[in-house]
Amino acid sequence: MHLVINGNSMELGDEVSSVTTLLEHLGLAEKPVIIEHNRDILKQEHYRQRMLENGDTLEIVHFVGGG
Amino acid sequence: MSGTNRYHRQTLFEPIGETGQDRLMESHVLIVGAGALGSGSAEALVRAGIGKLTLIDRDYVEESNLQRQQLFSEQDAYEKLPKAIGAKNRLNDINSMVEVEAIMADAGADLLSELAPAIDLIIDATDNFDIRLLVNDISQKFEVPWIYGACVAGYGMTFTIIPGHTPCLQCLQEYLPSSGATCDSAGVIQPAVQHVVSYQVTEAMKLLTGNRAQISGKLIAFDLWKNEHMEMEIEKLKKPDCSSCSDNRTYSHLSYGNQTKTTVMCGRDTVQIRPQGNMASLSEVAEKLRSNKNLHLSWNPYLLSIQDGDFRIVLFQDGRALVHGTMDEMEAKNVYYRYMG
Repeated sequence: MHLVINGNSMELGDEVSSVTTLLEHLGLAEKPVIIEHNRDILKQEHYRQRMLENGDTLEIVHFVGGG
Repeated sequence: MSGTNRYHRQTLFEPIGETGQDRLMESHVLIVGAGALGSGSAEALVRAGIGKLTLIDRDYVEESNLQRQQLFSEQDAYEKLPKAIGAKNRLNDINSMVEVEAIMADAGADLLSELAPAIDLIIDATDNFDIRLLVNDISQKFEVPWIYGACVAGYGMTFTIIPGHTPCLQCLQEYLPSSGATCDSAGVIQPAVQHVVSYQVTEAMKLLTGNRAQISGKLIAFDLWKNEHMEMEIEKLKKPDCSSCSDNRTYSHLSYGNQTKTTVMCGRDTVQIRPQGNMASLSEVAEKLRSNKNLHLSWNPYLLSIQDGDFRIVLFQDGRALVHGTMDEMEAKNVYYRYMG
């Protein structure tokens, strides 16, 4: 699977097929993140259903507190 | 200085012009926090010539602040000067035409409610989400826009919240890290601070000069070290039942019970204690403790520092205390009440 995540091209194994499995792969499964998939913002309750396809673009951001 | 040339390069910038400059000079901005982000925003806005700046901070200057908190000097750290005071001194030197009001206090619901009616814009320069959710409620209640900003390591994020238009921070609560998780040890580099400040101050200038159409409207995040830049439309995340910005709003963070009395300070091995009721004056406390030879006391007009072995208690005039040397709120209270009970 070829994905563009935060502007970076990445090659990922076959175990990555959905947003959920991608987050697990990236070690972000437990982290609250905001995700945009092909320019469409995902509500948290819809993460699981969203399947990924070759060439998809994702933006993944997380809130931080420091200042 | 006459001031006639002072803002020339800024008024030459066409979207601001003389009209925008006049608007800037009539504006009143509140910056909550005078650490890294607050120092940067305050300096930029005071140089730009806003009318009045109110700056709230509860902390004092330490050596480890100097790498990124641009308003402070070695002397400020040596004197343990409260950040609000140190910032005001430096800002007055930079631009004496701007009125700077420095408030040495914890930004609670009462203080913010008192200030909000006169404020045009709030800039977030805090370091935790408890205070941000409180600022968010204030923003919605008094219809004052605020600009979220935060950074850690080489990463930063910002979002401009305009009541009645954008989602608010409460709408995004499920995406916020749980309490305590924001205290990390990843450090921060100064350019990440400056990058967030650049976004916040530019958005502030657009709002204050009547250029609302130019507001980004997007959640912006970046990692300077990893060369990443992200922008997202998050309009869809506005919650129809939000407790802060919907028709059913309750402003839950403004209620007294939700205000923290002890706070673990981010990455500092420090707990803040905010006692209720009247406190003895600093000189009375110093007098009482002077006979205890195990303690090392030092003070300036704003605070009293008590060194007790591995712990250090710093007492402020308003009764607040910082207990350094622990991140355990119970242990901090024990140390505190040893001397203040």
